[in-house]
Amino acid sequence: MGEAQQSETTLGSEAQAQWLQDEQGLRLRLSGDWRGKRSLPPLPPGASAAAEPETRPALRIDGAALTHYDSCLAASLWALHRSSKAPLDTTGLAPALSGMLTLAARQSANDAQPSRRRPHWLTRIGLAWQARYRRTRDTLAFTGELLIAIYKALRGSTAMRGEDLAHQLHATGPASLPIVALVSFLVGLIIAYMGAAQLQRLGAQAFMADLVTIGVVREIAALMTGIMLAGRVGAAFAAQLGSMQANEEIDALRALGLNPVEHLVLPRVLAMALMAPLLTTFAAVVGMLAGLLVAVGIFQVELLDYLYRSSKAMTLAHAGIGLLKGSVYGVLVAMAGCRQGLHAGRSAQAVGEATTAAVVQAIIWIVIAASALTVAFQRLGW
Amino acid sequence: MNTGDAHALLRAESLSLAVPGRLLQQGLSFEVRRGEILVLMGGSGCGKSTLMRHLIGLQSPAAGRVLYGQHDLAEADDEELARLRRQFGVMFQGGALWSSMTVGENVMMPLSEFSDMDEKGVEQVARFKLALVGMEAAFDELPSALSGGMKKRAAIARAMALDPPLLFLDEPSAGLDPISSASLDELILNLRDHLGTSIVLVTHELSSIFAVADRALFLDAKEKTMTALDAPRRLLESGPEPVRQFLRRGEPAGTPV
Repeated sequence: MGEAQQSETTLGSEAQAQWLQDEQGLRLRLSGDWRGKRSLPPLPPGASAAAEPETRPALRIDGAALTHYDSCLAASLWALHRSSKAPLDTTGLAPALSGMLTLAARQSANDAQPSRRRPHWLTRIGLAWQARYRRTRDTLAFTGELLIAIYKALRGSTAMRGEDLAHQLHATGPASLPIVALVSFLVGLIIAYMGAAQLQRLGAQAFMADLVTIGVVREIAALMTGIMLAGRVGAAFAAQLGSMQANEEIDALRALGLNPVEHLVLPRVLAMALMAPLLTTFAAVVGMLAGLLVAVGIFQVELLDYLYRSSKAMTLAHAGIGLLKGSVYGVLVAMAGCRQGLHAGRSAQAVGEATTAAVVQAIIWIVIAASALTVAFQRLGW
Repeated sequence: MNTGDAHALLRAESLSLAVPGRLLQQGLSFEVRRGEILVLMGGSGCGKSTLMRHLIGLQSPAAGRVLYGQHDLAEADDEELARLRRQFGVMFQGGALWSSMTVGENVMMPLSEFSDMDEKGVEQVARFKLALVGMEAAFDELPSALSGGMKKRAAIARAMALDPPLLFLDEPSAGLDPISSASLDELILNLRDHLGTSIVLVTHELSSIFAVADRALFLDAKEKTMTALDAPRRLLESGPEPVRQFLRRGEPAGTPV
């Protein structure tokens, strides 16, 4: 380590950097055109092992032979300073370059260290559980507030404005018709087709009507409507309330003592509760129509026969259960959307996350509710 | 209604502010006097806005209390809370006008919710409040059609709708050009002088601080507490060094540059 060490890197035709060791310590000699160049030679081995960071000798930078440079060079020198943890002596550099480095050193000296050190693993587990607990508590509190708001509305003392409800009814219902129609038609088609292919092997394609009618009315229409609403309306709820939250509009309501659940959530949930069964009905009709087209058009079932069997298969219980499921899914979608939007963070990023979370949560809740209701109704024998 | 100190509208008693996992400030004790303009100042991230959110009851303190007269904001029941909230109006940082309503509807909302005026009266009052901030012409505009400064003016009109004795303004001049910012300062002084409203102003704009503040409270991000509370001119002359440095535009005294 005592003797003079040299390592040389040649960069391009002119840019050169060289570590020299003399009696005052290490010196980096730079020469040539350094515009856009950034690779400094590594410190000679052993140089960085010296002593504690505070007592390390300054690395002298000699830029006498430097012809051109830009902030790339300053950035590389700064990186060298950071990685070697040794101070830089920049007096041998052009004023612009040494000025930049001095400024960086001064600014970072009184840098507000945002103490974002990675906490202890036990702390992290604790924080994660705390966050989980808070989310669960938020959901419970939200549900409670919603129930109170509904109770108030039933007693006729709600702060909800009629025009808000009307606006939400329009936004959730009629505007969702095309997508619901398309999806239910295609799903109806698939069920009829798949069902018929199996039934045909037994020569029982006449039972297609039962299969399609019961399947669509009781389960599929509600499920498809729920999922479409989750993507179309639940996401919109989360984005609307989330951006209101980011913009402090919800705080402005709260600061006035206006309840955001009554003013923002209730009209949305009610609109969904009213519109979801209507959309489910529509979806069921479209789905059955698709089934009829397949049966009559492709599997040569008699039209009247199909209609007769279909009307026999369709009982009040099936229709009622289908509508009930539609309402339940609609309310769940609205709740997931509003819950996520209302508790979104205060940034554009957070609004996006809230929207995603709303759709995912809505679909999970729908599937759980669908399983629970299906099992329950089967057990009840309805 | 205020039975405590005749001059204090609002008192904070050894308040601690925390966000999940981090303590922002502790040991904040101060009062807001009737008819004064109090500035909450400090560097970015020191907890100014968070302090305001505590003072208006949107967040509850980690320790200490906020008193309006004799009433603790955190412990008030619904009825009392509703009454305490009539004591103040709030302008949030970006204005926070409800984006689905027109400017006029925004100002009319608190009036129609909390006063027994008829529709015509409500509209009249709303128009007048907008006229006070020079925004009557925007009555039928949606907030999205307004510039940043206009949104803040309209938000001040909404905050004043119910004639609260105390106004909270969060960074009124942030993001405004010097002219709009100066005219907003003038508006703030006018509100105090003509309506007698006390104003709590969150800002780090030096020009606003010197233009409007009767007293300024400095929150130190490193010390995690308030280090000064006095008239800004006096703080500039004899305050603690970090405060003077802040008020002198952040140039450290006597440090060779």
